[in-house]
Amino acid sequence: MKLERYGIGIAKGLTVTIKHLLRHPTVSQYPEQRLNISRRFRGNELIWNQEKCTGCGTCAKTCPQGAIEIVTSTDAAENKYVVEKYEADTGYCIQCGLCVESCPYQALYFSHNFECAKYRRSELVQGKEKMLDTPERKVSGYFYPDKAEKLPEQTLLIEKITEKR
Amino acid sequence: MATFDFNIYNLVNSQAVPPDWPGGFWWHWLFFTVVIIGFVLTLVMGVIYIERRGMGRMQSRLGPNRTGPFGLLQPVADAVKVLLKENIVPTAADKLVHWLAPVIAFAPALMLFAVIPFENGALLADLNIGILYVVAISSVSTVGIFMAGWGSSNKYSLLGAMRNVAAIVSYEIPMVLAIVGVVLIAGSLSLNQIVMAQNVPFVLLQPLGFLLFFAAGCAEINRSPFDLMEADSEIVAGFHTEYSGMKFAMFYLVEYAEAVAISAIIATLFLGGWKGPILPPWLWFIIKIILVFFAMVWTRTTLPRIRIDQLMAFAWKFLFPMSLLNLFITALQVLAGWPTELAWVMVIVNIAVMVVMVFIWSKFFFRLGGGRLEA
Repeated sequence: MKLERYGIGIAKGLTVTIKHLLRHPTVSQYPEQRLNISRRFRGNELIWNQEKCTGCGTCAKTCPQGAIEIVTSTDAAENKYVVEKYEADTGYCIQCGLCVESCPYQALYFSHNFECAKYRRSELVQGKEKMLDTPERKVSGYFYPDKAEKLPEQTLLIEKITEKR
Repeated sequence: MATFDFNIYNLVNSQAVPPDWPGGFWWHWLFFTVVIIGFVLTLVMGVIYIERRGMGRMQSRLGPNRTGPFGLLQPVADAVKVLLKENIVPTAADKLVHWLAPVIAFAPALMLFAVIPFENGALLADLNIGILYVVAISSVSTVGIFMAGWGSSNKYSLLGAMRNVAAIVSYEIPMVLAIVGVVLIAGSLSLNQIVMAQNVPFVLLQPLGFLLFFAAGCAEINRSPFDLMEADSEIVAGFHTEYSGMKFAMFYLVEYAEAVAISAIIATLFLGGWKGPILPPWLWFIIKIILVFFAMVWTRTTLPRIRIDQLMAFAWKFLFPMSLLNLFITALQVLAGWPTELAWVMVIVNIAVMVVMVFIWSKFFFRLGGGRLEA
């Protein structure tokens, strides 16, 4: 016998809603309360290591969007390239990660940062000085497991709810 | 239950004369007009807060919590926002009707409170036809809503208004019939005397009537799941699609003022109105209003919106016959004069009758589209 028709279904629904009323809501109030993002997060910025970079330009060639621009000059005395200009237009970046994966000298990383909204498109272009590894522009563990281990473990909303319930 | 009066069906003569409070006629009128307006506006704000926070928590959200402590100032912030907004009137609109509609919709919601007692005898007008007045006045706001739909010259507004009229006409009947059951037991149409007659809250003596009145009342004020007239997935916002600024705020106010009014009527008719131990009567009254309103929020969050054919079928094929049966059974009980020593047996019998009737009717008689549609 189907009891759902005689108001039992409504009673079941009412118990579900009242249970939700009595437990902690499944939310984190973003600007104040933050969850740790994935260690291998592909951030909105690139981080570039000036010492390791040889100026080979593999990253620029592999970028499907052509978002990376690299200009080098030859240093005959030291027998190497000098990187004169290194720019990534993060407005074009699609976070595919090919540049990071293809770098033969492990000089390019994703950042672990996601709050990179700007007011003007021109501000989205990252110059050399904005690509260095600083405390506020941390390196993501994407493609580099040794970097990932140093980052804090990812927290999920559901874990926060179960501990507060 | 030492103070329990077993003479529950014959309370016509047990009424006290309400005190003439606080003074002469015009002072009485002024005092209660101010009190009612203040009461309704304050309670509407509180009720909006309860609805938004309660609904948020039931949907596993937080609800507004940024304005003031615990988001208590959110209704104030909304009011300020809506007052500062531009008032747009469509070019093709019937200007006068468009302008008058919110006023005509709002007045009855306040007028309803004229006959609702806050304490013994503390009401604007103790009409001896109180509940008839409530039934008559509560339908007037439909005119305002239909004016809004008609005057906007917008097809969605008109569709919403037509749906509203159809719903109100249908649900008025079971609502009135459910009220008649209460009136039979109390033996009076005056709301103050109905409260005086409730030594047992009538929700226990009239459980079926309470359910019928609650469902019909929710439909009457177009609260979800019966909010077809402003079904935003179908007809934008229904009758208030073309309203903005202060006039929209008026409609928003009407919606909640009516919800408060229906809660107050349910509290008065079925939950014993201002009666209650220890706490002052007016506080009991407010507590009961908020309890009923919470039940409305609860059902609103739980149930999905019903289709228009379900709306009509529910009114005519379920509520209407059930309210007729309820009236018949109540009339028999009052006529037979149940032995007064067995009042609590009466309560149990009535609850059993309700369960059996709902079960039998929904199993054997309630069909949608001649049985071709799933209910």
